[in-house]
Amino acid sequence: MATQHSRAAARAMLSPSVLLLLAWMIIPLSMTLYFSFLRFNLLMPGMEEWAGFDNYRYFLTDPAFWYAMRNTLVLVGGVLVITIVGGTLLGLLLDQDFFGQGIVRVLVIAPFFVMPTVSALVWKNMFMNPVNGLFAHFAQALGLQPFDFLAQAPLLSIIVIVAWQWLPFATLILLTALQSLDSEQLEAAEMDGASPLSRFIYIVVPHLSRAITVVILIQTIFLLSVFAEILVTTNGGPGYASTNLTYLVYVQSLLQFDVGGGSAGGVVAIILANIVAIFLMRMIGKNLES
Amino acid sequence: MKLTNAQALLGACAVAALSTAATAETITIATVNNGDMIRMQGLADDFKAKNPDIDLEWVTLEENILRQRVTTDIATKGGQYDVMTIGNYEVPIWGKQGWLMPLDDMPEGYDVGDLLPAIAGGLSVDGKLYAAPFYGESAMVMYRTDLAEKAGVTIPDKPNWDQIKEAAAAMTDKDNGIYGICLRGKAGWGENMAFITSMANSEGARWFDMDWNPQFDSPEWKATLDGYLDMMTNYGPPGSSSNGFNENLALFQQGKCGMWIDATVAASFVTDPEDSTVADKVGYAQFPNKAGMEGTGHWLWSWNLAVPAGSTKEDAAKKFIAWATSKDYTNLVAAQDGWRAAPPGTRTSLYENADYQAAAPFAAMTLAAINGVDTAHPTVQEVPYTGSQFVAIPEFQGIGTAVGQQFSAALAGQATADQALQSAQALTTREMKKAGYIK
Amino acid sequence: MARKVTSRRMAIVTVVAWAVGFAIFFPILWTIITSFKTEAEAIASPPKFLNFHWTLENYITVNERSNYFRHFMNSVVISVGSTLLALLIAVPAAWSMAFVPSKRTKDILMWMLSTKMLPPVGVLIPIYLMFRNLGLLDTRTGLVIVLTLINLPIVIWMLYTYFKEIPVDILEAARMDGASLKSEIIYVLTPMAVPGIASTLLLNVILAWNEAFWTLNLTAAKAAPLTAFIASYSSPEGLFYAKLSAASTMAIAPILIMGWFSQKQLVRGLTFGAVK
Repeated sequence: MATQHSRAAARAMLSPSVLLLLAWMIIPLSMTLYFSFLRFNLLMPGMEEWAGFDNYRYFLTDPAFWYAMRNTLVLVGGVLVITIVGGTLLGLLLDQDFFGQGIVRVLVIAPFFVMPTVSALVWKNMFMNPVNGLFAHFAQALGLQPFDFLAQAPLLSIIVIVAWQWLPFATLILLTALQSLDSEQLEAAEMDGASPLSRFIYIVVPHLSRAITVVILIQTIFLLSVFAEILVTTNGGPGYASTNLTYLVYVQSLLQFDVGGGSAGGVVAIILANIVAIFLMRMIGKNLES
Repeated sequence: MKLTNAQALLGACAVAALSTAATAETITIATVNNGDMIRMQGLADDFKAKNPDIDLEWVTLEENILRQRVTTDIATKGGQYDVMTIGNYEVPIWGKQGWLMPLDDMPEGYDVGDLLPAIAGGLSVDGKLYAAPFYGESAMVMYRTDLAEKAGVTIPDKPNWDQIKEAAAAMTDKDNGIYGICLRGKAGWGENMAFITSMANSEGARWFDMDWNPQFDSPEWKATLDGYLDMMTNYGPPGSSSNGFNENLALFQQGKCGMWIDATVAASFVTDPEDSTVADKVGYAQFPNKAGMEGTGHWLWSWNLAVPAGSTKEDAAKKFIAWATSKDYTNLVAAQDGWRAAPPGTRTSLYENADYQAAAPFAAMTLAAINGVDTAHPTVQEVPYTGSQFVAIPEFQGIGTAVGQQFSAALAGQATADQALQSAQALTTREMKKAGYIK
Repeated sequence: MARKVTSRRMAIVTVVAWAVGFAIFFPILWTIITSFKTEAEAIASPPKFLNFHWTLENYITVNERSNYFRHFMNSVVISVGSTLLALLIAVPAAWSMAFVPSKRTKDILMWMLSTKMLPPVGVLIPIYLMFRNLGLLDTRTGLVIVLTLINLPIVIWMLYTYFKEIPVDILEAARMDGASLKSEIIYVLTPMAVPGIASTLLLNVILAWNEAFWTLNLTAAKAAPLTAFIASYSSPEGLFYAKLSAASTMAIAPILIMGWFSQKQLVRGLTFGAVK
């Protein structure tokens, strides 16, 4: 269908984006790659020397590394589960007719507009703080011992905070998908005596699968690099209990100022992210093929 | 005619405005969001009145972000700041690197000799001052006199850890939200490790032996961590593993702590009647030691102002530093907010001032604590490093924070003291090997 | 009879939906309420909901201490600037991928998205050094460039999925009528693409507004946006809940209000091709 002419034009229109992103990827990446083979601490200039694979060896054998891998997966997985399940339920709820629909929708999407730093600060201080937080006040009012969320369940607390921020996003996409659902199909199934649950499982869920894939893809991209929430609330602790890969790389490069080690960690994180990416792309590619 | 006059006048004004704008130099000051620094921002009009040709641009950040920002900037010679607020941990390391301008030409009347020797010593390399102290601190015990009386305990001026533990037990009243002792638990080399290292110093422990081998497997460290965890789990507030200086300050001000062992600078906050509900019920004692052992915690910290090497606005930056750390500035604070609020711990003259002594009941204890510090011999054992509640090597930020995480996990109940010490030993050994201190 | 059942059902749904909506919104509401308390009341136990002495003192203090307006303007310039620049680059790219797809289109798209997975901390030092050499540190230009590049993949992808929904028949009909490429874009595509572009724009402004790593690390004073403003209130000495709440409210209010007013446009295009 496309002519030679339009093909050339299309290429010309595409190339600025490709070139820019290529530059944005290649230049820092090659510098990072180079640094990762150096013994290079920002606090000791003039001491740089070739280190071979030392930085990688240290990063991969760091006891924190496996915790970070696990935490990254748990964090991404946990938030995805909460937002998709919660988003579907919320979507079903908001899809009903009720009084004040517009206002409720505005309330529900609000967390998406809040800066990650702000939401982490607010949750940490005003809700989860075991002495002055609102949850502690409630616990005391009920005669219970206040629970110290960030010390006793650090990763879960962070998952809750992050899920709160991303729930609106999932809800919106799933709600839009629900609204496009053919209501006649549902009514027909109802006539045939299908229970609400089976209607949900056999009609609604398949219809949502595409939307769910999109939610997974977009959120994973952002969730792999969750950082501000951890820095503000737990600093990756106690121990390594809430350190994810991004935070571990941060500790190496901006706390220890070990640019070599941090770069090695960065390269490892990039490789892992790309593995996840390939996996996701396969899945999405299949699901989004039209 | 009239109109032209007005126009001419307007024009002249514009020209004048332009010319002052053109000659005014803007210096960018990076600073931490602590109360004293924020007060300095408020008082900066005085500086501007005296130096109309210098404009000030403030970058106020939370401590960790500030440290990360200024370190990145100075190490890469980014040149974004003309004045940096840094600690006495950074000053000698950076001074040796040639990253800071020496402050050996302070203006007439600055009186460098008036700076407390312990503080000035920590800011000098080879006898040259590289940063001017804005306020300084050591550590001491602050306690609630009313609660101590009610519980029937007396805390001596020089307590030992056994006495502290007894007092904590006696003052604890969890039903009424009173916790006998509040200590730092939040992981960080400048948070829980500052306190725990000081406590370790007083127990005779050291970070490294003379060959830089980590010493967390020593009985002294075991005693330190056991004692710390014992006090905190039994008599500390909930959530203490995320409490740093600020959180504990808030707790103490709300009257939830019987004792709080922390930086001396806190004394002026807990006695501030505007923010503190216990302002008139605070007693002071020296940092505890081990029963029967000489030596204390050796805690010394100061926030200082320095000029990065390569700054193109050296003169203006130095003028500002001279103003902010001068005796006149102290007087200015005293005139506005009273003597109790004067930035402590930097000048001998302040501690000789009768008005200050009267307004600040903690003055004598603070001075004694600062003067008692010996950064070359922080503990009874020989050490290869200098420092007090930290080890003055560039790697310490990373190592200290990682060890702090382990101890914080132990406080949160996620590891035992032995496990935490083992991990600390392993990770410190690893880092020291990586950095080339030990083979 | 049937009508009665539906109205009862509607009443129940209304109550449940309002309760859930309120619960989700509550942290923000609580922040706003706290910002009008004194520091002592902010931590009062039991907590005070509305029965306290409302005061503006926190807002006054925050305004005395920080140059809110400048941070605000920086945020506006950086987020809007980077969004417009990203759209400028992305619209042609997405258009060409949607309408003149080649067998590599999908790979290119996926590769673009994967660049977004680079952990920013890993490349901060190289970027910082480059910015220093180019004189871009603490400039709005520098941040506009970085945020454009960071969000470009998402922008391209969103536009691509949206453009793909535009039926090709219309284009072909236009071509049959002898429309040139230019008029094809101006008269046929643009009107159909506007909702998608609008919602991409909104989403990207939100993402850029809330970006807190690069904006904090590449600025000092002149170009620092609201993320840096918040960093100066995050954990000072003493009581700070009320001041933190006031600063937080000021930092999120503009984007929250913008988001609410434009939510219809935002939602329309926020499907990422998920709805067929």
